[in-house]
Amino acid sequence: MDMAVDIRHLRLELGGNPILSDVSVAVAKGSYLAIVGPNGAGKTSLLRCVGRLLDCWRGSIRVGGEDVERIGRRELARRVAYVPQAGGRISPFTVRELVMMSRYPHLSPFSPAGREDRELAAAALDRTGMTAFAERPLDTLSGGERQKVFIAAALAQDASILLLDEPTTFLDPGHERDIRSILRRANDQDGATIILVTHDLNAAALECDKVLALQEGAVAFYGPPESFMDGAVLERIYGRDFLLGDHPRTGQSVILPERASR
Amino acid sequence: MKGAGIRLTAIFLLAAVVLVAAPFVGMKNLTPGDVIGAAADAGEARIFWSIRVPRVLLAFVAGAALSLGGMAFQALFRNPLATPFTLGVSGGAAFGATLYIRLGISFAALGVAGISIFAFVGALTSILLVYSLTRLRQGASGATMLLAGVAISFSFSSLILFVHYTSDMAGSFNILRWLMGRLDVVGYDSLRTALPLAAIGAAIVLLRCRELDLMTVGEDVALSRGVDVRRDRRLLFAGVSLSVGGVVAICGPIGFVGMMAPHICRLLVGAGHRRLAPASLVFGGAFLAACDTLARTVIAPAEIPVGVVTSLLGGPFFLWLLVARRGGVSTALDRG
Repeated sequence: MDMAVDIRHLRLELGGNPILSDVSVAVAKGSYLAIVGPNGAGKTSLLRCVGRLLDCWRGSIRVGGEDVERIGRRELARRVAYVPQAGGRISPFTVRELVMMSRYPHLSPFSPAGREDRELAAAALDRTGMTAFAERPLDTLSGGERQKVFIAAALAQDASILLLDEPTTFLDPGHERDIRSILRRANDQDGATIILVTHDLNAAALECDKVLALQEGAVAFYGPPESFMDGAVLERIYGRDFLLGDHPRTGQSVILPERASR
Repeated sequence: MKGAGIRLTAIFLLAAVVLVAAPFVGMKNLTPGDVIGAAADAGEARIFWSIRVPRVLLAFVAGAALSLGGMAFQALFRNPLATPFTLGVSGGAAFGATLYIRLGISFAALGVAGISIFAFVGALTSILLVYSLTRLRQGASGATMLLAGVAISFSFSSLILFVHYTSDMAGSFNILRWLMGRLDVVGYDSLRTALPLAAIGAAIVLLRCRELDLMTVGEDVALSRGVDVRRDRRLLFAGVSLSVGGVVAICGPIGFVGMMAPHICRLLVGAGHRRLAPASLVFGGAFLAACDTLARTVIAPAEIPVGVVTSLLGGPFFLWLLVARRGGVSTALDRG
């Protein structure tokens, strides 16, 4: 099977602290992968290594069969788009300007953006429901709206692999569901490979076809969500007992909310 | 931004008017007939062509370099208060140049005057110090960076004072007068020294408008869109240091142009660098030329150093940026 991302023996240290130790994961083309795990397990770092936002790792990362360090940055950006963690991102640009900037890797240095670029940007705005906001400055938008804009920007980049770092954290349930639909569509219709970091285990179980759990920088679980949503597995990773129940519609195992014990 | 194209054109027209008019204004106002054509007076034509025109052109080059440098730093540091002046780049360049004056040496390399090379090295040292201090403290805010810039400026100021103190009376006067920011040149030699460096620096910045846009949004975003952030940042630091060093070596550390001009332009033509860069360049140049015209006419026949004029305007502007802008101080300092 063709691998979108193939990570082997990835090690990462930041400031002398081990962050990732010997992580090996192969992500098939067109799959939808959730990276989960306790805070500080190295989820974001793993994502950033794949997008080459971090450069100091050892091991091997292949994207579409090619070593990422051999692929130029522009070429990598044509294959992999990244949506950073929300929050604190103030920018003086309008929504459309920001989305248009994603065409950067497709433009040669001296040619201006063309009609195709503008159309792709418009389509991305349309798919995220942000067309009405196109001329608004980014810093007049709410957190949820802004997050959708950054996802629109990633879509406009026209890459087959989408990396998202906690795309729905801090968002209200409405925006959260919109974003899941946008990603669902990108995965189903465009065949995009989606890799996202999340703490929302239920969403991961319902949306994704694979779950990767990290624990202290190492792979603690990698497999289908059905096997992940298991009391013993969850307790091993999070050190707590969760109440699991069957989803009334799909029958999938999900974590049920509980009143906190003292 | 609606109407941005029109406003960009207006900035260019305004700048052209300033550049054409400024040489005619002075202790004695001239008319075109005084200096061009058959009826021209030889003395007045000399004042016009070898004193006022080179001076206005130098002011334009200096203002353009400082303004474009400020614009680039504001994008690189993602902070509206980042300028060659606040980040200690002017201070570093000034120290380099002061040292060169004090040492009394004279050399040129590859056709570049020694004082420009000293100023360039000083400028680059400052910006690398500020930048590595900012990097050292991971997740450091804009405030850290500005404070690092202030600290480095202070250090260079005291070094300048020290060099100044050890100079004799004549050297001391030269250094002091130069430190106030001066444009009172005669002939085109200064322009010939400053222009190539400023032009190379400006070209480096102007060719990176898209990268600057992405870096304004954030380093992560720039990297993930395929910008070689590390390489481009180095190039931009070098380019700005080159042009600011080249200008400071001749004109002294003229403050606040690099903060005011790009900011006003951003309000007029928006944040996109494809428009902002040419606007900042032209506006900054015309702005300094206008300030200098003011400096040499307001108490004529005496002159105020142009650095005093820009600082008088710049201080209140800085405060306005800190206090009155949307989001107030925290936004201004912690956009990063």
